[in-house]
Amino acid sequence: MNIGIESVYIVSALMFGLGLKLLSSPATARRGNMLSALGMLLAVVATLFNQEIIDFRFIAGGIVLGSIIGVLAARLIAMTAMPEMVALLNGFGGIASLLVGWAEYNSTMAPTTFTAVTIFLAVMIGGVTFSGSIIAWAKLKEFWIGNFGISKAFVFKGQQVFNSLLVLAILACGALFMMNPGEGYQYFLVIIALAFLLGIMAVMPIGGADMPVVISLLNAYSGMAACAAGFVIHNNILIVAGSLVGASGIILTNIMCKAMNRSLGNVLFSGFGSVVTAAGSGSEQGEVKPVSVSDAYLLLEAASSVVFVPGYGLAVAQAQHAVHELSQLLEANGCEVRFAIHPVAGRMPGHMNVLLAEADVPYDELVEPDDVNPLIETVDVCMVVGANDVVNPSARDDETSSIYGMPIVEVDRARVCIVMKRSMAAGFAGIQNPLFFKDNTRMLFGDAKASLQGLVSEFKHD
Amino acid sequence: MTAEFVFLAFILMLSIFLGFELISKVPSTLHTPLMSGSNAISGITVVGALIAAGSESAELSVILGTAAVVFATINVVGGYLVTNRMLAMFKKKEGGKK
Repeated sequence: MNIGIESVYIVSALMFGLGLKLLSSPATARRGNMLSALGMLLAVVATLFNQEIIDFRFIAGGIVLGSIIGVLAARLIAMTAMPEMVALLNGFGGIASLLVGWAEYNSTMAPTTFTAVTIFLAVMIGGVTFSGSIIAWAKLKEFWIGNFGISKAFVFKGQQVFNSLLVLAILACGALFMMNPGEGYQYFLVIIALAFLLGIMAVMPIGGADMPVVISLLNAYSGMAACAAGFVIHNNILIVAGSLVGASGIILTNIMCKAMNRSLGNVLFSGFGSVVTAAGSGSEQGEVKPVSVSDAYLLLEAASSVVFVPGYGLAVAQAQHAVHELSQLLEANGCEVRFAIHPVAGRMPGHMNVLLAEADVPYDELVEPDDVNPLIETVDVCMVVGANDVVNPSARDDETSSIYGMPIVEVDRARVCIVMKRSMAAGFAGIQNPLFFKDNTRMLFGDAKASLQGLVSEFKHD
Repeated sequence: MTAEFVFLAFILMLSIFLGFELISKVPSTLHTPLMSGSNAISGITVVGALIAAGSESAELSVILGTAAVVFATINVVGGYLVTNRMLAMFKKKEGGKK
């Protein structure tokens, strides 16, 4: 152990910790991120002084290639595609840990039992993270294989039995490998293959709108994989950084599950949304009241307080700039504007916040459901832009509903609620939304961006 | 071996605790930058990858290590840059605008 290098690692760990601490406020977050990046740079430079390193050619090549790809990806990615980017980055973290574990095994060949256990963990978690993230990425991209949209939940009979057997097979191979690592290369390779398969099988049954949970969980896995790799090569900084990331992923997973009132097990195994139940849809129906852009304008023009509730539809329609323009005009009209953001709105934690920040909406206008619900009766107009299940009053009123108990933005209690929607199709959960049939609800059909731009020009003509 | 394991496990436990304390204070509006930023931190595997890619060991280990360097560097560079790009967009309301 080199005291100089280890001391630098301590400084790096401190900077990672401080960086995360500064992330507790949007005002200091950017500095925190830079501090964290500087810590990473220090750790990398210090590592290059490791005496085991004698050949720098491959290192230089790898760093240059990785940096070029990283810079290009970070520059070119659209803000609406951020979930895909994060999914891929999770996967890359996982595969890197797998490769480090493999390289270490390949060069020692006869590790102690303890090291063999940690190699097994690094390779297994890393493999699951990688293939799971690739599937999550494909689901977010909404690829189609023939007639099958990959973003849908994919379930088949006996899936859970199959997955359980898969886990048992991995553990069995792991045991055989750990008992005699020196002779166990074939088991080791089988473990890698099975871990890839498990990652695919684990993410396939999860539907598109449950992606916030999956991405958070894969984030946690990538941290755990780094942690395990740290045990493999006896490196403190990997363990510290890996567990910080693991904790972050677990906390986010927990927040997402709570926001849907579902257990993690339910999200991972139920194939939620894959079966569209017809039950209950008949009783709730009534008459919907469509509204034109010019009538919606009159409602907004007279309002002194407006709350926007954005959902995934906002991202799909790329309507974040239009909604900001409308909100500015409303403010110029003397109206108080806020954006109520449900934790699971969009495809990843904080997705809506980033989109609205991109459109220059100040972050102090972004509030959580708990901040608006108590006083929502005083809100003149609630504008629901591309959200559905997070504003479904069934979650509050109907004990038989599959989303009963999920916290919602209670837009139905506002004076008027305008729902912007393409058609009357049900939301992700496949259940009817009684909000659409309430007396104080108006439906503004059409593309969200076009409707918002229509409202903007109505304001400007005035 | 046991002593070292205990030592590493100690570090693991304390950093998990620290992680939970720090991250539970991050506001929900910053959850996406938190994910991409922590992603970049998990690219710390690059440290292990560097040693594998540069040491005088079996050929396959060097190849695996180099591949790991590439992936981990994408993670680090891409993660930090994209986080910075996002955080630069978060603005407070200007005072005299209303």
